[in-house]
Amino acid sequence: MALTLDIEGPAAPPRLNGELVFDAPWEGRSFAMAMALVEGGHFTWDDFRDHLIAAVQRWESDPVGEYRYYERWQEALESIVEERAIVSEPEVDALAAAYAARPPGHDHGDHDHHHDHHHHDH
Amino acid sequence: MADPTKNKDRLPPEVRAEALESLLAERGLIKSEVLDGFINRMVNDVGPMNGAKVVAKAWVDGDYRAQLLADGTGAIKELGFAGPQGEHIVVVENSDDVHNVVVCTLCSCYPWPVLGLPPEWYKDPAYRSRMVREPRTLLSEMGLDLDDGVDVRVWDSSAENRYLVLPQRPEGTEDLSEDDLAALVTRDAMVGVAKVSAG
Repeated sequence: MALTLDIEGPAAPPRLNGELVFDAPWEGRSFAMAMALVEGGHFTWDDFRDHLIAAVQRWESDPVGEYRYYERWQEALESIVEERAIVSEPEVDALAAAYAARPPGHDHGDHDHHHDHHHHDH
Repeated sequence: MADPTKNKDRLPPEVRAEALESLLAERGLIKSEVLDGFINRMVNDVGPMNGAKVVAKAWVDGDYRAQLLADGTGAIKELGFAGPQGEHIVVVENSDDVHNVVVCTLCSCYPWPVLGLPPEWYKDPAYRSRMVREPRTLLSEMGLDLDDGVDVRVWDSSAENRYLVLPQRPEGTEDLSEDDLAALVTRDAMVGVAKVSAG
């Protein structure tokens, strides 16, 4: 995944800013899905922000484990697409479960595109 | 001990994100290449180097500085930086007597066109709550000790206003060009958790 920052040259960020924008590829995908849906006019940033605040507050009212910002982002995204009847939660659950059940070796965490994966369920 | 029922149906976010992307793509609502483009843009083209140019220009050009403080979004747009989360940027200026620092207590509001996406610590619950409650202590823990006489102002970013700190120009930089000055300006200084040093 080309999540690299130029350290030198005209496009390089100022010093002390050398941390990656996304810690894992899925965080970037989740972020970009929200951008694409806003750009497509399915909801506004302010609408999304309300869902993000709610997701953050749900975690803070009953913290379990380590706080992971993009998990809250993904949760907010799922809740707004459910609210807008774009994609329902059971659909996401079902497909995510199918992906999670893929045999070991289908590691989906380290590559750009998961669409070219072929699954063998037998 | 975590409540075992709480997240029992919650699969890991990486498979949930993957599933959602597939479902949205199936419905023709997103395209994988478009997402790649957004990610690439946020990672490579938008970031604190933009804000650094704004700050450096304000340091060398008094008219621009006045314009920036009066209409942040407009003055920033003049340098070519605009886009999502850049609609209502308010610039607050540090001085010998006033130090400004920015937080978003509710989520992660941040002026993307000039700073890119926020760092981890900015989104952390501890930063978000403590910067309001005990800014001096937290700033000190982050490496910035302020004199008692300095007035610390904490700005809570929101959908209405996203704040950018105009740091003080460090002493000993009178001979530097605008580009050289921009290279000194850090993201942390523009959030207000650090000062700019002469190098």
